Amino acid sequence: MKLRKVTAASAVVLALAVSATACGSNDKDPGSSGGGKKIAIGIKFDQPGLGQKTPQGYSGFDVDVAKYVAKKLGYNEDQIEWKESKSADRETMLQRGDVQFIAATYSITPEREKKVDFAGPYLLAHQDVLLRADDDSIKSPADLNNKKLCSVTGSTSAQNVKDKLAPKANLQQYPTYSACLTGLQNKAIDALTTDDSILAGYASQAQFKGKFKLGGFKMTNENYGIGVKKGSDLKAKINKALEDMVADGSWDKAVKANFGPANYQNEPAPKIGDIKS
Amino acid sequence: MFDFLSGYDLLGAFWVTVQLTLLAAVGSLVWGTLLAAMRVGPVPLMRGFGTAYVNIVRNVPLTVIILFTSLGLNQTLNIKLGAENFDTINFRLAVLGLIAYTSAFVCEAIRSGINTVPVGQAEAARALGLSFTQVLTLVVLPQAFRSVVGPLTNVLIALTKNTTVAAAIGVAEAALLMKKMIENEAELLLISAVFAFGFVVLTLPTGLILGWVGKKVAVKR
Repeated sequence: MKLRKVTAASAVVLALAVSATACGSNDKDPGSSGGGKKIAIGIKFDQPGLGQKTPQGYSGFDVDVAKYVAKKLGYNEDQIEWKESKSADRETMLQRGDVQFIAATYSITPEREKKVDFAGPYLLAHQDVLLRADDDSIKSPADLNNKKLCSVTGSTSAQNVKDKLAPKANLQQYPTYSACLTGLQNKAIDALTTDDSILAGYASQAQFKGKFKLGGFKMTNENYGIGVKKGSDLKAKINKALEDMVADGSWDKAVKANFGPANYQNEPAPKIGDIKS
Repeated sequence: MFDFLSGYDLLGAFWVTVQLTLLAAVGSLVWGTLLAAMRVGPVPLMRGFGTAYVNIVRNVPLTVIILFTSLGLNQTLNIKLGAENFDTINFRLAVLGLIAYTSAFVCEAIRSGINTVPVGQAEAARALGLSFTQVLTLVVLPQAFRSVVGPLTNVLIALTKNTTVAAAIGVAEAALLMKKMIENEAELLLISAVFAFGFVVLTLPTGLILGWVGKKVAVKR
């Protein structure tokens, strides 16, 4: 008899828990809350300088661009719902409609354009290397051969090193750039390679200031675009917003604020639709 | 539909997975058996070590162990395991990490097998004057192994899939190729399905064959 009471009690608890979570997920549903007065935007949560979640909120260049675009679309900052869009999830999130648009170091490539539409580009980045500030042995991409390089597992940057840039380089791949930075500081790694915008973001972090420098090699062109669902009418509106952002000087201000401390030589704002290969 | 596969060395990547699995399987079978011997042995210090090892290692996530072999052993302590190239170093580190982790599970499987051997047999062997090592290697372990083929198959299948964690330190096995392809091709579901299928191809025959072997060699009591 006692056992039955316990079972009944736990069943009640379970039912409550289930209904509670059901309510919770309804609240967060971007479509149903506030009659469309919210906009869900996908960004990176873990890339300093571009898209980073901090206890104070969200910061970075992608975030600033997304905020500006959202404002032009008629949404205030408090109507934005930030969502994390990891590299592998980006196309799926747009296709499912989890987010209205994605500004997350999203390079425009032909393969991706088959799945989603891109507004922009809004930033032209290049693959580059991050070196220790006191290391003078690497002066050109050719010097990277026989050096110890680090990049993120499976990323385009890592593949470029192996296939084209420095086939003889000793390449270590880690899941995050932070793991590479540990090795770079310990001298177990000689250079960290990825887009210069990302590198500049890391070098600008308070704890690394003055310890690292950018190589400035401009090895590839990465056109960062804003991803939208295929066929969405947002593309034209976002392009318009991006043009305004460059025209009124907010673009320059955002670049200075996010990449400034790393002495990053940014490219001038790219023209909409001008994709450099 | 599957044209995104061209230009990638799918078989090469799975071959690395197979190599990782086989080397780690042999290594953890040896080390796991030794651990099991320690845990049932007469020396309190070794029993303590075996128990502590198993309880610590099997409760630490594998990713942490694998990352430690690279960030801790290689990058910080500068242990290179006799290689200069990151590809080779990381492969050996991954095998080391997988052995360390899997042997804890192998040890427990074998210890459960040891418990199936009737105590009377060990007592009889001891009464005949056999030493602990002789009792273990001649009487107990041969019967124990025959009864734990099933559990060890489970461990082997889990190990096959655990090798994907080696991608975390850049070993060029199947999971790393999968990340690469997802990055380039924007075909998340199809690519995942291909790799899931690849692992089923590896593990399903393992399970079937070893299941049959297990039935064959089981000690009928």
